[in-house]
Amino acid sequence: MSWFIANTDKDVKEMLKIIGAKTIDDLFSDIKPRHEIKSFDLEEGRSEFEVIEHIRQIAKNNASDLVSFLGAGLYDHYVPAAVSSLMSRGEFYTAYTPYQPECSQGTLQSLFEFQSMICALTDMDIANASLYDGGTALYEAMMMAIRVTGRKKIVMDGGVSPIYRKIIKTYTSNLDIEFQETPVVHGQSDRKQIEKVIDKQTAAIILQNPNFFGAVDDHSDVVEKAHSQGVLVIESVYPISLGVLKTPGEMGADIVTGEGQSLGLSLNFGGPYLGFMATKKKYVRKMPGRIVGQTQDLNGKRCFVNTLQAREQHIRREKATSNICTNVALCAIQSAVYMSLLGRQGLKELAQLNLDKAEFARQELEKIKGVEVKRSSPTFNEFTVCLPKDAQEVIDAMVVKGFAAGFPLARYYPNMEKYLLIAITEKRTRQEICDYVKALEDVLWN
Amino acid sequence: MELIFEKSREGRRGYHIPKTDILVKVNMKAPYIRKADCPWPEVSELDVVRHFTQLSRLNYSVDTNFYPLGSCTMKYNPKFTEVAAGMEGFANLHPLLPQLDSTLVQGALEVLYQMDRILSEITGMDDFTMQPLAGAHGELTGTMLMAAYHRKKGNKKKFIIIPDSAHGTNPASAAIAGYEIVTVATDKSGVVDLEEMKSKITDECAGVMLTCPNTLGIFNSDIDKVAECVHKVDGLVYYDGANLNALMGRARPGDLGFDIVHVNLHKTFATPHGGGGPGSGPVGVKKQLSKFLPISRVIKKQDGFYALNYDYPDSIGYIAAFYGNFSVILKAYAYILMLGAEGLKEAADQAVLNANYVMECLKDDYDLAFPRRCMHECVFSASRQEKKGVHAIDIAKFLIDEGMHPPTVYFPLIVKEAIMIEPTETESKKDIDDFIEVMKKAAKAAQENPESFKSLPKTTSITRPDEVKAAKDIKTNYFAKS
Repeated sequence: MSWFIANTDKDVKEMLKIIGAKTIDDLFSDIKPRHEIKSFDLEEGRSEFEVIEHIRQIAKNNASDLVSFLGAGLYDHYVPAAVSSLMSRGEFYTAYTPYQPECSQGTLQSLFEFQSMICALTDMDIANASLYDGGTALYEAMMMAIRVTGRKKIVMDGGVSPIYRKIIKTYTSNLDIEFQETPVVHGQSDRKQIEKVIDKQTAAIILQNPNFFGAVDDHSDVVEKAHSQGVLVIESVYPISLGVLKTPGEMGADIVTGEGQSLGLSLNFGGPYLGFMATKKKYVRKMPGRIVGQTQDLNGKRCFVNTLQAREQHIRREKATSNICTNVALCAIQSAVYMSLLGRQGLKELAQLNLDKAEFARQELEKIKGVEVKRSSPTFNEFTVCLPKDAQEVIDAMVVKGFAAGFPLARYYPNMEKYLLIAITEKRTRQEICDYVKALEDVLWN
Repeated sequence: MELIFEKSREGRRGYHIPKTDILVKVNMKAPYIRKADCPWPEVSELDVVRHFTQLSRLNYSVDTNFYPLGSCTMKYNPKFTEVAAGMEGFANLHPLLPQLDSTLVQGALEVLYQMDRILSEITGMDDFTMQPLAGAHGELTGTMLMAAYHRKKGNKKKFIIIPDSAHGTNPASAAIAGYEIVTVATDKSGVVDLEEMKSKITDECAGVMLTCPNTLGIFNSDIDKVAECVHKVDGLVYYDGANLNALMGRARPGDLGFDIVHVNLHKTFATPHGGGGPGSGPVGVKKQLSKFLPISRVIKKQDGFYALNYDYPDSIGYIAAFYGNFSVILKAYAYILMLGAEGLKEAADQAVLNANYVMECLKDDYDLAFPRRCMHECVFSASRQEKKGVHAIDIAKFLIDEGMHPPTVYFPLIVKEAIMIEPTETESKKDIDDFIEVMKKAAKAAQENPESFKSLPKTTSITRPDEVKAAKDIKTNYFAKS
């Protein structure tokens, strides 16, 4: 017997005898000869040591050691050791969805605390217990707005991540939804255009703050205009920035989503991440995803359960608010641990430090001849620069010098081949920033 | 237990931010700043560690308890896969690095490419996308692939056929892809009613979604005939991979006539369920559907280098931002490498053995929904106990009281008072015997002392919660003003 199988040969014999079968093959008698497998050409099994060594070799082929100035929605923040230590507890990670609340209070209370911390962060009433990631959360928010308003037109601000927009485009390709896009001017949302296109047929306007180009905005006036037409406002946010920036709740947004990777999750080459969603109390029954609620047990003791399940697929099937079943509970709990460690003061200081370091980098970069740093709007920890050269050439040369220089905006905006999106987190030291600036100057002029 | 917020004391800290090493200080001004500080708890690192450690102990989990939750395949999650996923070279890898240069992420792309090949071989499909982030996300991807296929061919399709035994995610996913749902009943033998299905298949049928073995744990010997009927109207056959654990090395969806499959890596390939995710739901297709798969796709070039290819004009587009739940995929890869062909087949064999053993041992105490050979799980009904006023949920609470996680109850929906048991291959006869004993004890108590169930469980941190109150007096946020 091998690999995590616990039955001994003797066990198997006894069990077969009780079942009344001669061999294990007999148990598969419903699979007829004509169904039988045509091929199962996999390698032979290996020992744990061999597998780990094999994967260690593969890992060496990843340039994870570049000093990173790459963000574009995913950020290289420091994760305190207590986070991974707590998340290695099997009681959290080898449990499943808390269908049975009496033996799942650990997961349920953690998720309740997660929801509460997301509400505190965004200034919203109610958050769900997570969605897959920031992009799918934004899609779910859009569908929710359509359910709430009964309207089918969506206005998309030009500052929303192009990656998210591609996801939404895929999901809605079979549905009858009209999209209108408004541009960004001087980095921020174009008020005039927004006013022009939103109307009584519009379900929602989708905004992002800071936007994909790093620009910070105050959308309060956009919210006011939208609400005057009965249009909902969906705001996609970067959680760490809310340590200093005006919250979507203060702006009056109706649905808030975001990518929670920056709240204590590793970059993991794209996942798992953490989609979050928060909204106003009046819309809770239209919200997708699991929601944990407080209640009491038979003895009047406070406890937590999955609530409002009548919205969900396992009950409503094709009429559910979403098809989502498994979400990312573990990532939500992980971020709850991170948010608890950071606390009120930590978040504020962390956000300020990101802000300061990015400004330092901007000032240093501005000293390089021919580098134009966009300053038309405030930014948080990411900003756009225009280089005197093709950004891809610069990136290639910077890789040789040990840097992931930033994101080449031409990937999504073909006319921006000289633009680079640069992110600075608290992990980038003064020395690294100065080395980066010097390397860039070298690449551009030597 | 106290909430973390109730442990908060002004000025206490759990983490110290790096000291600033620059002189610049930005004074962000109104209207761009938040008015009040974010009221996250103010606690020490020890407070946090103790709080979440204590919380974790209120959970039942595979690491601590027998966990035969049907349809969820709660097998043991080997620890070495966590080590693999935690390696610096993967954990710190930014997903946009390949946008700078794909040679920077050759290791990660190799994992994705190899998993595409491996899963194709295991399921008998031609190509895979690793992007879907969970099983239901895979279903959505699959139904969108169906839609793309029919649109390309100019087929006028309206509905998808789904058996009444299906997971709720099937109809929910098909609805999002824009299809109506037509339900087909289960016949007396516990499989989809072939005659009824034939009568419902018209030219407007886009396809069928099936779980195989189905949610009753039964392998449908006519599965290839079902596929044949659907193919006759140019419909596609979708395989819900939730129960693939029963078939590994024995049969492949691709050989059985399925055109699209999703695989739940967190079930079949032993990645942790995480208290409700993250999962991973890669989707595989037959050749004629490959061109519709989501972008990006990982290719291996002639020079041996891996690259991301976005150039598929018929692709349905982006189903997720990046390449799927990469670290989950990596864990599954490590698991598959360790087991190899023989180990995977043995996993299926032992899973089926364990389930049949449970079924045989409990069939005198509980009514079997469909008395016949099962595969990896078996479904009982508590209808006999219900006559005494003891419901499936009561039996679940009895098990919790005895320190065992209950099976899935009230699913599949077509079985009254359903109790769906999936022991998985990693449980031993000894542990299964213990479970059987507790189940027998519950059955006996149901006959002799049905009233005793109402106050169960008693051994856990809480008794039964008031779910009606939770839905009525909605409190989902500690900070909400009530």
